Amino acid sequence: MKILVAVKRVIDYNVKIRVKADHSDVDLTNVKMAMNPFCEIAVEEAVRLKEKGVATEVVAVSIGPKAAQEQLRTALALGADRALHIETDERAESLAVAKLLAKVVDAEQPGLVILGKQAIDTDNNQTGQMLAALTNLPQGTFASEVAVDGDKVNVTREIDGGLQTIALTLPAIVTTDLRLNEPRYAKLPDIMKAKKKPMDVKTPADYGVEVASKVSLLKVESPAERKGGIKVASVDELIDKLKNEAKVL
Amino acid sequence: MSILVLADLHEGQLAGATAHVVAAAKAIGGDIDVLIAGEGVQAAADAAAKLDGVSKVRVADNAVYAHQLAEPMGALLVELAGDYTHVLASASTTGKNVLPRLAALKDVSQLSDVIGVESADTFKRSIYAGNAIATVKSDDVLKVMTVRTTAFDAVGDSGSATVEAVDVVVENTQSSFVKQELAQSDRPELGGAKVVISGGRGMGNGDNFKLLNGIADKLGAAVGASRAAVDAGFVPNDMQVGQTGKIVAPDLYIAVGISGAIQHLAGMKDSKVIVAINKDDEAPIFQVADYGLVGDLFEILPELESKL
Ligand SMILES: Cc1cc2nc3c(=O)[nH]c(=O)nc-3n(C[C@H](O)[C@H](O)[C@H](O)COP(=O)(O)OP(=O)(O)OC[C@H]3O[C@@H](n4cnc5c(N)ncnc54)[C@H](O)[C@@H]3O)c2cc1C
Ligand SMILES: Cc1cc2nc3c(=O)[nH]c(=O)nc-3n(C[C@H](O)[C@H](O)[C@H](O)COP(=O)(O)OP(=O)(O)OC[C@H]3O[C@@H](n4cnc5c(N)ncnc54)[C@H](O)[C@@H]3O)c2cc1C
Repeated sequence: MKILVAVKRVIDYNVKIRVKADHSDVDLTNVKMAMNPFCEIAVEEAVRLKEKGVATEVVAVSIGPKAAQEQLRTALALGADRALHIETDERAESLAVAKLLAKVVDAEQPGLVILGKQAIDTDNNQTGQMLAALTNLPQGTFASEVAVDGDKVNVTREIDGGLQTIALTLPAIVTTDLRLNEPRYAKLPDIMKAKKKPMDVKTPADYGVEVASKVSLLKVESPAERKGGIKVASVDELIDKLKNEAKVL
Repeated sequence: MSILVLADLHEGQLAGATAHVVAAAKAIGGDIDVLIAGEGVQAAADAAAKLDGVSKVRVADNAVYAHQLAEPMGALLVELAGDYTHVLASASTTGKNVLPRLAALKDVSQLSDVIGVESADTFKRSIYAGNAIATVKSDDVLKVMTVRTTAFDAVGDSGSATVEAVDVVVENTQSSFVKQELAQSDRPELGGAKVVISGGRGMGNGDNFKLLNGIADKLGAAVGASRAAVDAGFVPNDMQVGQTGKIVAPDLYIAVGISGAIQHLAGMKDSKVIVAINKDDEAPIFQVADYGLVGDLFEILPELESKL
C-alpha cells in the first residue's frame, strides 16, 4: 500500500509573530519556518506503517513556494521515499490545496492519505476533510491511533467529549492529532541521503487547478494586549483580591 | 438572508454550544433554522425550538446520522444547503469534522473559528494561535463557517420555533462507529464553565489532580490541563486547553503549574480574570495573569481549598 503525506511549510511554532504596521498581513520576513508540527506527526505515522510492513511506499507532497522544498527534504530525511512539490507563490488556501491533493490522489492511488489536523499558522483545520469530500473517501480526523486491518482502518479520534473509534474502508483520509506518535528527529546520514531522493516539481496549472480564492484578507490586527497584573504574597491576599477587587468569587 | 445552524449534540441532548452559534447567526441577521441530525433526537429538537431567534428546527432522525459521522452528515448538509446563504456550526470537533466537507462539495471556502461578525460577508477570525486577528471577506455564494462559541454570548430560551422532520436519508457504506469512551464528570463542561482551574506538568502526576478537583468542587469549576499534562498521561485529551485543544474564556481561570507557552495562552487569554500559581517567578504565565502567586503548588492548593 502506498501512503501519501501532505506537509505544509509554516512559521516555527516557537516564534511569536508580529502584525505589519500597515495591517495588511502578519510580518513573515526573516521568520524561522519549519514543517507544521501536525505534518511531522503525519510523516512519522506513515514511516512507522512502512517499517511495520503495512505500507510499501511513502510519498510526501507540499504545495507552496520554492522554499517548501526544505520541508519536503525533511520529510525525505525522516523516511519518505519520494516527494512532490507543487510550486506556487500564490496564497493557496485549504480548498485549492484540497483540490490539488485530490488530483494527486487520483494520479497516485494511495491506500491512505495522512495530513495534519490543522496548520498552526491559519489554524483552519479543514484541508483533510475537504480532500475526503472531493475524493469521495471516508475520513478519520484528529487521530490518536491508526490501525490498518486488511481492507479497513480503525481510527481512534480525539473528540471534545473524549475518544471515539470508527472503522473506515480503504482507501481513506486520516488527519493527525498530537497524541498519535512522537516524531523522530532526522539523523545526519539520513539528511545526506535525503538529498538524493527523487523530488518532482509541478505547478497548479499542470493539474488545471485555479489557486485564487473568493475570500479576501481585508486586514490583520494585533489582539488587545493583555497586561500583566500584580503578584500577591499569600493565599489570603489572593482570596481577598478575587472577592473584593475582581469580584469573581 | 437565511441561515442554517448545525446543532451540536452531547449524548443525544442539545449541547450548550448551539445557543452561542445561534447568537452569531443573529449577528448576521435573517431567518435562522437549526438542523438536528442524529438518532433519537426529539428532546434535542424541542430544546432547540426554545432558542431565541430560531424560526424553524429541522430534524433528521435516522440511524445513519447516529454519532454524527462525517460522511452522512456532509451528504445531508449538501442536500439542505441550497435553501441557505450561510451554514454555521460551532468550532467543536463535530463542526470541524463535518463542515469542510460541505464547503468542498459546494466549491466554496470555509471560514474557521469566526470570532466576530462585521456584516453578512465580512468576519473576524483569529490566526497564529490568537496572535493576530484577520478580517476576511467572502464573496462565495454560500458562506460556510465554524464559530468560536466563547466569542458570542448564548441566546436565551424563551423562543418557540416550529419543528419539522427532514426526510432526507443518505447511504453510508464507508464509515462505521466502533466505540467511544466519553469522560464522565459532574462538573460543568470546559467550554461553558464560569470558572476553570487547569493543571500543567508541575502537577507531577495524575493523582495530584485531586488537589484541583477539591477546589473545582468548591467553585463549581471545570478542570482543564496543559498539553504537557495530557501528553504525560496525567489526564485525558478532552481536558486540554489551548491552540490545538479547547478554547475557554471563563470569568476566572486559574493556571497551576503551567508555564504559559503561547499555545496554552491561545486557549485561555480571553478569560476575564487570570490567576497563576507557579514556583518560578519568571514563568511567562505571570505576564498575562491578573494575580500571580509564586510558590509550591503542593502547599498552596490545600491552603486555598481550606480557605475558600
Ligand atoms: C484569509 C486567509 C489569509 C491567508 N493569508 C495567508 C498569508 O498571509 N500567507 C500565507 O502563506 N498563506 C495565507 N493563507 C493560506 C494559508 O496559509 C494556507 O495555505 C491555507 O489556508 C491551507 O492551509 P490550512 O491552514 O487551511 O490547512 P489546515 O486545514 O489547517 O491544514 C491541515 C493539513 O493540511 C495539509 N496542508 C495544508 N496546506 C498544505 C500545503 N500547502 N501543502 C501540503 N499540505 C498542506 C497539511 O497536512 C496540514 O497539516 C491565507 C488563507 C486565508 C483563508
Ligand atoms: C503543535 C503544538 C500544539 C500545541 N498545543 C498546545 C495546546 O493546545 N495546549 C497547551 O497547553 N500546550 C500546547 N502545546 C505545548 C506547549 O508548547 C507547551 O509545551 C505546554 O503548554 C507546556 O505545558 P506546561 O506549562 O504544563 O509544562 P512546562 O512548560 O513544563 O511548565 C511546567 C510549569 O510548572 C511549574 N512547576 C513545577 N513544579 C511546580 C510546583 N511544585 N509548584 C508550582 N509550580 C510548579 C514550573 O515552574 C513550570 O513553569 C503545543 C505545542 C505544539 C508544538
